[in-house]
Amino acid sequence: MEIKKGIAVSPGISIAKCLVLDAEDYRIPRRSIQPSQRMTETQRVRNAFKDAIEELAHLQEEKKEIEGRKIRDIYAVHLSYLRDKSLRKKITDFVHDESVTAEFAVSKTLRDISGHFAKLKDPYMRERAADIYDIEHRLLRRLVGDKREDIQRLDVEAVVVARELSPTQTAGFNKEYVKGIATGAGGRTSHTAIVARSLGIPAVVALEDITDSVTAGDTVIVDGNRGIVVINPDDATIQQYLEYAVEFAELSHRLDAIKEKPAVTRDGVRIVLWGNIEFPDEAQLVLEKGGEGIGLYRTEFLYLNRDTEPTEKEHYDAYSRTVEVLKDRPVTIRTADLGGDKYTQSKRYMREPNPFLGLRSIRFCLQNLTMFKTQLRAILRASVLGKVKVMFPLITNLQELMQAKMVLGDVMEDLHEEGIKCNSDVEIGIMVETPSAALTASMLARDVDFFSIGTNDLTQYTLAVDRGNELVSTLYSSVDPAVLRLIRTVIQDAHKAQVEVSICGEMASEPESVMLLLGLGVRILSIAPPLIPEVKQIIRSVTIEECNKVARKVLSMNSERQISGFLRDAARKILPEAF
Amino acid sequence: MIFCKWSDENGWMQTGDTVENTFCEAEVEIKNADGLHMRPAMQFVDIASKYEASINVSNEEASVDGKSIMQMSMLAATYGSRLKIKAEGPDASEAVEALRELVEVKKFGEPTPEEKRRMGQ
Repeated sequence: MEIKKGIAVSPGISIAKCLVLDAEDYRIPRRSIQPSQRMTETQRVRNAFKDAIEELAHLQEEKKEIEGRKIRDIYAVHLSYLRDKSLRKKITDFVHDESVTAEFAVSKTLRDISGHFAKLKDPYMRERAADIYDIEHRLLRRLVGDKREDIQRLDVEAVVVARELSPTQTAGFNKEYVKGIATGAGGRTSHTAIVARSLGIPAVVALEDITDSVTAGDTVIVDGNRGIVVINPDDATIQQYLEYAVEFAELSHRLDAIKEKPAVTRDGVRIVLWGNIEFPDEAQLVLEKGGEGIGLYRTEFLYLNRDTEPTEKEHYDAYSRTVEVLKDRPVTIRTADLGGDKYTQSKRYMREPNPFLGLRSIRFCLQNLTMFKTQLRAILRASVLGKVKVMFPLITNLQELMQAKMVLGDVMEDLHEEGIKCNSDVEIGIMVETPSAALTASMLARDVDFFSIGTNDLTQYTLAVDRGNELVSTLYSSVDPAVLRLIRTVIQDAHKAQVEVSICGEMASEPESVMLLLGLGVRILSIAPPLIPEVKQIIRSVTIEECNKVARKVLSMNSERQISGFLRDAARKILPEAF
Repeated sequence: MIFCKWSDENGWMQTGDTVENTFCEAEVEIKNADGLHMRPAMQFVDIASKYEASINVSNEEASVDGKSIMQMSMLAATYGSRLKIKAEGPDASEAVEALRELVEVKKFGEPTPEEKRRMGQ
């Protein structure tokens, strides 16, 4: 039995056999092999090349008629690379000389080559790195492909253990079988955490070398309440955790009982609770948990796990399904927030040195107008079915907002010309998630109907901390004085301009932050659906008077440590049962 | 300009000579705007591979196998850079001539910077 301590990011307890996943990005650990296995591994390299060539030649033949010359050239170049004897030899020599696995040798060799291209001065040449990634992935799909598909073919309950889960991987999760998640990397606001919470799967992250400590098939307990993972527990421990699980289920039922009651503070101030979702399937969950609308509908999942961009119909089907569930309640659809840590297959052109400061989100959309317009058309078409709101992410300045609005206007005009109905008064808003947007909120307010403060990115950009990097993740805190000052500015400016303002970051669902946010003047919170009852319980236990006091006190404090300590104490005093 | 010589002697080959094994080399300049990127590298390798002669291509930094797209593309020769093509084998002179033509005359079927500008880029 081994006990590991990490960060609890999604509540609940699960006990199941584990499944160990390699990263989708195929970051292959160096896996040494016995010299006697070298023959087998070099043969695997040769087979992977042979299969990849066959696959590509087939694809080339198949697409001959429909694709343009450019695409055919790309296939031809990739084939030429795969047929290059000196490349194959380099890889097999590497397997042989260093006694490593086929996948490691393929990955290392091709990454060295793409690294060579990525370093070049000529921008056109530099982009060739992307071709090499493609070739690498084609080969790796052959070599580790089986292991990847495991997750989708899962037909028994399992705890998923990985170094880190990518958005693409988590998108394929089947809630019925994935009972728990344990990852080595990540923090409270990592993608894994968000997805786990929204799917209601218990999860613990930041477990460091967890993948080295387990073997597929080990029994693992994930305690998403206390942040503990137990590997190969003894009978007594299993018994103890089964009891915890029952207790936890009872608590959830108690919370569910308040779902019919309104989210009103003890002194009668009405608070609106919305849900954050990723899939249309979750829309029902929002209503079940007592949510009154959707404050953040993430649409990236439409783009992930596939080889081609989603069609307008696919967009429309997803949005219309969601809107139909919510009826006349608001559905805030955020336009594609791709880039950073979320890519599509076809758009993974180039590895950027600073992806979070690079071509992501609205910037990416404004440079890929065809893709952007496809999504906007679908959103606008769905806008006649209910109360759809359009939200642009990562706006950093007024010009970007105007550009995005102009594109939306163009799409609207196109629809009018084609005689397709849409709501021309559809509400338009932005995510305020960069310090620049927060500081210029008073200017941006004139051109929007609503603000939604995305505290995750706002914190990351304000404090210059990568939330997914465990080396610095302790520096990441949404209650840092700098972040709080920006949040206060946005709320004040929104009130002055009479623009709706909500919070859709993780912060809105942290019990200790809820009072503070209410005290700062927020009346709309958008959170992961399973957490709605808990947050409602908090709201129903406090007065705005108390919240204002908390906010005033916090704003007079000058260190994150002091603030988080104070908030914890304040929350404990008022809501002992939440802790 | 292409220089050819007997591979096992020192004299220059004369026009019309038929030989078993020759050594041949030429210096070429990249004339298309985008340089020797993937597709041109592929064209180069496709032509080089038709010949029996071994083909070596070099610039100041590296010397690579002209029949390997990996190695050729990694040269990343940009517009205006010069490459030395060396061939050795029975059809060395034909190989070098064909490759020189691809690089300098056909320019890989791509526009020069001037042509690209005129095309409104």
